Amino acid sequence: MSIEAISLSGRKKQVSNKEMSFLERMYIVAIVKGLMITIKHLFTRKVTIQYPEQVREMSPVYRGQHMLKRDEQGRENCTACGLCALSCPAEAITMKAAERTKEEKHLYREEKYASIYEINMLRCIFCGLCEEACPKDAIYLTTSKVLVPSSYEREDFIFGKDKLVMPLDIAMKNAQLKNAN
Amino acid sequence: MDSTIIIEKSVIILVVFAITMVMAMYSTLAERKVAAWLQDRIGPNRAGKGGILQPLADGLKLFSKEEFEPDTKNRFLFFVGPAIAMSTALMTSAVIPWGDKFHLFGRDIILQATDIDVALLYVIGVMSVGVYGIMIGGWASNNKFSLMGAVRAASQMISYEVAMGLSIIALLMMTGTLSLREIAAQQPGMHWNVFYQPLSFFIFLICAFAETNRTPFDLAECESELIGGYHTEYSSMKMGFYLFAEYANMFISSTIIAVLFFGAYNYPGMEYAVEHWGVNIANVIGIAVLFAKICFFIFFYMWVRWTIPRFRYDQLMHLGWRVLIPLSIVNIIITGIVILRDQIAIYFGF
Repeated sequence: MSIEAISLSGRKKQVSNKEMSFLERMYIVAIVKGLMITIKHLFTRKVTIQYPEQVREMSPVYRGQHMLKRDEQGRENCTACGLCALSCPAEAITMKAAERTKEEKHLYREEKYASIYEINMLRCIFCGLCEEACPKDAIYLTTSKVLVPSSYEREDFIFGKDKLVMPLDIAMKNAQLKNAN
Repeated sequence: MDSTIIIEKSVIILVVFAITMVMAMYSTLAERKVAAWLQDRIGPNRAGKGGILQPLADGLKLFSKEEFEPDTKNRFLFFVGPAIAMSTALMTSAVIPWGDKFHLFGRDIILQATDIDVALLYVIGVMSVGVYGIMIGGWASNNKFSLMGAVRAASQMISYEVAMGLSIIALLMMTGTLSLREIAAQQPGMHWNVFYQPLSFFIFLICAFAETNRTPFDLAECESELIGGYHTEYSSMKMGFYLFAEYANMFISSTIIAVLFFGAYNYPGMEYAVEHWGVNIANVIGIAVLFAKICFFIFFYMWVRWTIPRFRYDQLMHLGWRVLIPLSIVNIIITGIVILRDQIAIYFGF
């Protein structure tokens, strides 16, 4: 059986070590062929994206920075169950739970909340498993194109609640949109 | 010699010098652009419109770099190397006929810095002196990579010089003159030498690639093996001189190819232009045609660079000594037979 027939991809080729003929040893034909290939590329469409002016289109399943969501009344969804931290393959998430007091009812939806919620952005691989694990729809990976800003300090890459929780005005806007619909 | 000739020649020399410099400068940009285009990229386009100021930016960068000197005993040679490379690259342009006669202010002006009888010998001589720049620079650098590059360059030059000279002899047997002006004048219209001496042109082209140290014969500075070859230890504008000399050489050898084999400033319909539009306009078109030919060959150099990989050293020597030299000798014999065909026919009584 020939090697082309047993090849699954159909791209396998029998190699041979036969002596080159005089014409092949001249290389002229091969060089001219090569020149024709390269000249063709002179007229093909260029693949360059002129970065600051042009931005590459993001994939529809793009996962950007995390956000801890609020509900329509502006209360934080997170109940500090720790499933996200458990599911995280990079072990980037840590949190500390606290019990809600009566005065904090307008701040947190559940009776338990995360007093500290930190994601180490140097560890995070943006896989989105935390989002899948969350039973309260609290953590989301946004489509934000803003990447983690560079810094000299490692501490700057540990994002706390100050950077992760959805701003209150956005939560209000979302609620209005939902009511309008 | 009257003073008008001195003024005329000085103007021509200045203009030729400036054009060579500008062409070498913009060859660096063209090289990067062509490389990018052949690789489906766009290339430098930020400095000026479409990257037109890129060579200036490159030059400015080179000037502002630290002037580094290796710990070498041959400090003088270290400085002389780039100077020789640069001056020999520019000297060759003196004998090139850039166009036919201009008729201005009641006198004929020849567009050539000097019309010496042995122009072609002069060109080959100066071009081979160019290897001294590389050789001296590589030796004085006190670095084994540099020395290796220099040795390679020297042996390559010597091997290909022979084939180049022999290929030109066949051409000279046909033209009967060494003056570039006369060779150019012998190719009116489309009677270009390349149609009569294709093999000679082919050998000359390959040798020109080797002489200018361009891919596939860039063993003297192959980045992947020798860092930078002979200019490894050079920095700042001395490095710039070497790079610049390479592009100036490329321009000059493209010009020589255009003049020797592609009819220089001649184009079909030149007599018509002279009759109907006058000498001067016909001449301006001729200069433009010559530069179009030169630009094509510069492009060809770059085109080949991004097509063919580098030769191995033994392949290079094999090609030079065992293929090109016998081939050019055969070419000489064939040319001789064609020239003397009548005498031969009489001698053998055909």
